[in-house]
Amino acid sequence: MTPSAVVTGIGVTAPNGLGTKDYWAATLDGTSGIGRLTRFDPSGYPAQLAGEVPGFVAKEHLPSRLLPQTDHMTRLALVTADWALADAGVKPDQLDGYDMSVVTASSAGGFEFGERELQALWSKGSKYVSAYQSFAWFYAVNTGQISIRNGMQGPSAALVSDHAGGLDAIGQARRQIRKGTPLAVTGGVDGSLSSYGWISHLSSGQISTATDPDRAYLPFDASASGYVPGEGGALFVLEDEAAARQRGAEIYGRIAGYASTFDPRPGTGRPPALKRAITLALDDAGVTPGDVDVVFADAVAVPELDRQEADAINEVFGPRGVPVTAPKTMTGRLYAGAAPLDVAAALLAIRDSVLPPTVHSDPYPDYQLDLVTGTRGGPVRTALVVARGHGGFNSAVVVRSAR
Amino acid sequence: MSRREVAITGIGVISPGGIGVPDFWRLLTEGRTATRLVTHFDPAPFRSRIAAEADFDPAAFGLGPQEIRRMDRAAQFGVVTAREAVTGSGLDMSTVDPGRVAVSVGSAIGASVGLEEEYRAASDDGRLDLLDENYAAKHLYNYFVPSSIVAEVAWAVGAEGHAAMISDGCTSGVDAVGYGCDLIREGSADIVIAGGTDAPITPITLACFDAIKATTPRNDDPEHASRPFDASRNGFVLGEGAAMFVLEEVEHARGRGAHIHAIVSGFAGRCNAYHMTGLKADGREMAEAIRVAMAEARVNPEDIDYINAHGSGTKQNDRHETAAFKRSLGDQAYRIPVSSIKSMIGHSLGAIGAIEVAASVLALEHDVLPPTANLHTPDPECDLDYIPVTAREQDTDTVLTVASGFGGFQSAMVLTAPGKDHA
Repeated sequence: MTPSAVVTGIGVTAPNGLGTKDYWAATLDGTSGIGRLTRFDPSGYPAQLAGEVPGFVAKEHLPSRLLPQTDHMTRLALVTADWALADAGVKPDQLDGYDMSVVTASSAGGFEFGERELQALWSKGSKYVSAYQSFAWFYAVNTGQISIRNGMQGPSAALVSDHAGGLDAIGQARRQIRKGTPLAVTGGVDGSLSSYGWISHLSSGQISTATDPDRAYLPFDASASGYVPGEGGALFVLEDEAAARQRGAEIYGRIAGYASTFDPRPGTGRPPALKRAITLALDDAGVTPGDVDVVFADAVAVPELDRQEADAINEVFGPRGVPVTAPKTMTGRLYAGAAPLDVAAALLAIRDSVLPPTVHSDPYPDYQLDLVTGTRGGPVRTALVVARGHGGFNSAVVVRSAR
Repeated sequence: MSRREVAITGIGVISPGGIGVPDFWRLLTEGRTATRLVTHFDPAPFRSRIAAEADFDPAAFGLGPQEIRRMDRAAQFGVVTAREAVTGSGLDMSTVDPGRVAVSVGSAIGASVGLEEEYRAASDDGRLDLLDENYAAKHLYNYFVPSSIVAEVAWAVGAEGHAAMISDGCTSGVDAVGYGCDLIREGSADIVIAGGTDAPITPITLACFDAIKATTPRNDDPEHASRPFDASRNGFVLGEGAAMFVLEEVEHARGRGAHIHAIVSGFAGRCNAYHMTGLKADGREMAEAIRVAMAEARVNPEDIDYINAHGSGTKQNDRHETAAFKRSLGDQAYRIPVSSIKSMIGHSLGAIGAIEVAASVLALEHDVLPPTANLHTPDPECDLDYIPVTAREQDTDTVLTVASGFGGFQSAMVLTAPGKDHA
């Protein structure tokens, strides 16, 4: 029988809360972390709002030797991993290194670090480029640093597929557990809130230029006009269920299903592949649409993409057939960290029997979605998390209660 | 139920000195080197001014002006090699369900050519602290998020299954092939277009390797600068390129009468959890990856006919790797011929692992082992048979290829001639 993979630890660094407890309290309370950018002066840019992680002082959490060699998002990731391991009650130094994998997602690597070194190179010369540039920027950096910090030597990887990558990482971690590695740290913590990162975001043409934080990111609303970028994300301790139960670990839930598809080349006239990703993930989990208690939407807040997502959800679940929510309206979209944060929210929703809200959006009736606009009670046993990436990436994960 | 096996039914390669599989293989078997002084830009400011460059003209491969503008060089490599692989496989994509075709592309640094060019434009060569978006390309986002490379490959071949970019530093290329094999074995896909691509010959990448003295400063002798296992080596030579494969479930391949180049019979990766760039001399984690890959392939050290080494030409790598072979293969390590094609085509980061899979497959098919060029005086601590200078004819049924990367990644893959697998 295929081993089941369960989440036993959660770590969160989010724009509306540093740590799982603060994030979840803020999320259920409808408190948003979106505000004017402070990392650099955004006044010259058409968009000026972002979700920055508040109150994070790296040196309070990490040894000083790690600071010069790490980008901001890697520091967040290292601390998030520490918290996930502590939450799971796992002490990595007491385990065999080969029994622990690290699989994380990235979108653009340690981009702020890379930008600084590009500036050093082009404004001063090659001798001014940091000795750490060779590994502080590349996409594998968080996986490598988490592996080193925790002595994790099992099969590990970094996956990149824009906002969808976080689910692909969780899918790959589950694959390694099924193949025999008892434990994996997985998910994504991301961020590229630097000047070059910002103009890169802007070039997607999908960034909201609104100035009122409460009106900036309105997925599934008639006035949706783009999203707000953010930083942070979530990492998990994923374990083989039998091993987790044997050590008496508390289990948040099971990664019961995963699937990923790619859209047809534009212009072929073939339908987008999001619905197929959802259906395959439900099949993989062995559940029917009727079993699903809530969908955590990708929620880009670009009308055409909202329409596509609403259509896919409705084709699977029927019009207003399932509660749909986007707590990322309180954090902005976190790139590789976005979907893992939704998986964290889904697991906490299962634990607390509550559906977190989508804030500020007034659901556009044409989409025929049952959008959760205020915190809602009710048993949650099964949640679907959906994520898409630029170019046509679609991924879906089914999270189920393990009780 | 027997497990689903993975066949390689198509190969595409862009390598320095060898665009397309026939030229690539000719270069390797003739033992020629493609390393030279950098021509992509003026390398004068750099400590190491050598690279193995691919003389690649995207227009000659049918890419239109818009595609060339939209795609980073690494994406162009990926698309052209994917097309070569599909064409060579004889696969008619209109006859397969596109949802059962996946894409798995390895790249260590993605669209770094485009990212550096756009940085220069938008920052006025670093003069501006706050970049001006009006001077950046419209498609900057494609460079920003390198999964755009995967999207281009998927569009080029018409794939609509899972599409992934594996970015494990310098093991990315072989890891992406391993990832593709997992998709076939578990049943998520019947066909995977898998491989690696990187185009790292840029000022920022030269500078970052200069900063840690990882690349060789042998600037007065560029043709002989990549010298793995030689006592006089002093760093690696940067390369560029791509290799893509059509991976196919064996019965699917047999059902359409496809030519099977090789079976991917085992793959494993481990991490050293030691240092982002450093390697321990004992080779323990690479040895573990080799052991696990051999176990998956159901082969013993006695069965291995050839090892395609990582062989980057840094002292720490060559010794680490030699130790890993001895640790995992015992006395057999002294019998098995080993070579590093990086001696000829340099180190193309996330691409080279896939290019080395291509070399391994061609060695199986042609019963010829590519040499380690420039190896005249072996490092006394590297005391295995590294096939110096000249290619060797030898019956070859089972090949081991390994990779080692920043971040601590260590990977190993076993490839077997069709009909010779040990299952």
